[in-house]
Amino acid sequence: MAAKFLPYLLAGISVGGQYALIAIGYTMVYGILRLINFAHGDIFTVAGFMMVYATASLPLAVSIPLVVIATVLLGMGVEKIAYKPLRTAPRMSVMISAIGMSYLLQNLMWYATGGLAKQYPALPWISDTVTVLGCQTKRVTVITPFLVVVLVVILVTLIQKTRMGMAMRAASRDFETAQLMGIRINNVISFTFAVGSFLAAIGSMMYFSNYTAVTPTVGAMPGLKAFVAAVFGGIGSIPGAVIGGFLIGICESLIKGAGATTFSDAFTFALLIVVLAVKPTGLFSENLTEKV
Amino acid sequence: MKQEKKRIYLRAALALAAILAVLLALDNLSFVPSMLLTVLRKGAIYALVAVSMNLLNGFTGLFSLGQAGFMLLGAYTYAILTIPAAAQKSIYQRYANGGIGFSIPELLSKPLGGLGLLLGVVFCLALAGFIAALFAFLIGLPVLKLKSDYLAIATLGFAEIIRAAVVYEGFGPLTNGSNLLYGFTSFSSFSLHLGSVTLRLETVMPFLFSGICIGIILLLIHSTYGRAFKAIRDDEIAAEAMGINLASHKRMSFIISSFFAGISGAMLAMYQASVQATTFKSSMTYEILLIVVIGGIGSVSGSVIASFLFIASSEWLLRFLDNETYIGGFRLPLLRSGFRMVVFSIIIMIVVLFFRKGIMGDRELFQKKPASAARTAKKEVRSK
Repeated sequence: MAAKFLPYLLAGISVGGQYALIAIGYTMVYGILRLINFAHGDIFTVAGFMMVYATASLPLAVSIPLVVIATVLLGMGVEKIAYKPLRTAPRMSVMISAIGMSYLLQNLMWYATGGLAKQYPALPWISDTVTVLGCQTKRVTVITPFLVVVLVVILVTLIQKTRMGMAMRAASRDFETAQLMGIRINNVISFTFAVGSFLAAIGSMMYFSNYTAVTPTVGAMPGLKAFVAAVFGGIGSIPGAVIGGFLIGICESLIKGAGATTFSDAFTFALLIVVLAVKPTGLFSENLTEKV
Repeated sequence: MKQEKKRIYLRAALALAAILAVLLALDNLSFVPSMLLTVLRKGAIYALVAVSMNLLNGFTGLFSLGQAGFMLLGAYTYAILTIPAAAQKSIYQRYANGGIGFSIPELLSKPLGGLGLLLGVVFCLALAGFIAALFAFLIGLPVLKLKSDYLAIATLGFAEIIRAAVVYEGFGPLTNGSNLLYGFTSFSSFSLHLGSVTLRLETVMPFLFSGICIGIILLLIHSTYGRAFKAIRDDEIAAEAMGINLASHKRMSFIISSFFAGISGAMLAMYQASVQATTFKSSMTYEILLIVVIGGIGSVSGSVIASFLFIASSEWLLRFLDNETYIGGFRLPLLRSGFRMVVFSIIIMIVVLFFRKGIMGDRELFQKKPASAARTAKKEVRSK
């Protein structure tokens, strides 16, 4: 019994870690702008495609940092183009803009790739096959949870100890007052998007090492699930997003293991509706403002 | 006032009849480009779903993204009920006892002929709406308490759940799992026999159904309920203070919007002549939302105009962008498969960012000017 479920549990922990990395991007942006960044899942996919194209002509040592930097720039660019002009607009307009941006990115990817699935390159070492407790898996499965924990510790330290982190905390507590206190809000927002996109780029490397077919719409589902993870953990809370991500990844994978693959997606969204109905602030939420 | 209302209804009916007459001509003249007819048919269906979404998002201020899910429910309900009994065995070949064993339009058209077919289809369309409305009621119980983006993401999730549930093997005998449903009564099944002449009604029917449904939504918007919806949109607290029951009005708006989304889903099934769950993805909801935004949030005529524009440019007018074009020996840069959608989404982003009011804002096409409205009000006061 345990031997049968172990591979699914491992896969769940791994995919959960990848959701967690994406979820941090959602939760940080939501914490400050009160915006569901619908384009985040697509930024994750673009990172996947850029890796495919970069490794085709460049060595890995160059292409990995290049892809990470390009993804960060893309995330900041999306914010500058689609969200910054709407800073004073109603929240609904910003959300529509986010949906429009997601649509644009998907269509651009379709145009650039011709709509065909691309094979993600095998990254050395992390794509190797290893044996854990008697079941075979890729090394990335084992590394992901550790990498996530390390990145989260770094991120939390950054937010707690640095000036920029303090500014971010202030902006998420009270946007207007933070501006009055002399915080350059645009820099804080750009930085938030940069961190979110950086984590999405790392997440995409992990994710696509496991699921190697990259298509223009492949990121939509993990994106939405990561958002559910962020809501589950309590939006605005980084540890919450991480725990939510792992939990959703593991549950989903175990459901697949139990033979109900059709319902693994449905489970995530049912969980969302239940969480929103029962405890809309999530597990670890900090602020209780206008959710219900 | 009553006479004026009568005049308005009469005018609306005459306008619809005139449009239908023109369409009847277009349907039956051989030189009319088939693309134009495609745009008209699909545009009419999208107009209905866009207006239904506008009722919820634009007039009640509830930001819901579940439209594709309700359309899917409507489409499947319609398809299951109208597949001819004889064809069910071959369509549901993967399931031993697949299909329901009868088809409503078939049952009715045997004794009643063409009228029976129409009645059967109308009945199934209404039922498609009711199923969508029933699910809206159920999902509305937990979800409608949520605000703005939480409501959006919860309804989006609901649509995904529906899409996953429909392809579940256990429902296979009813929904045919992940396989196509086809062969049911479509728009091309309708024709008008005048003596020896047979007139095609393929474009007339979607306009007729959509026109009636949009007319009902317009009546609703102009009723006391509609005014209550707008009050909720503008200020929930003030609306509640005026004695409007927030929960029941929100629920009503959600259910009615889903009802019409279900009907439009059924009509989309009729238009496509086949149904598959994978068509009703969240990107479909996004497209409808973008139509509403382009038309103007809170404008019925704007949504209608934007639907036709959207469908016309995505299906027809911008097609040339997808073809590699040569002028002499020079290949025009950028033009290749997929470029159409890129240009299209850039246009949408420009509208979203810089023309936030869309085409119509919150005005209507044939709206009385405020000045003249004031004058009639004065007249009424004097006549009293």
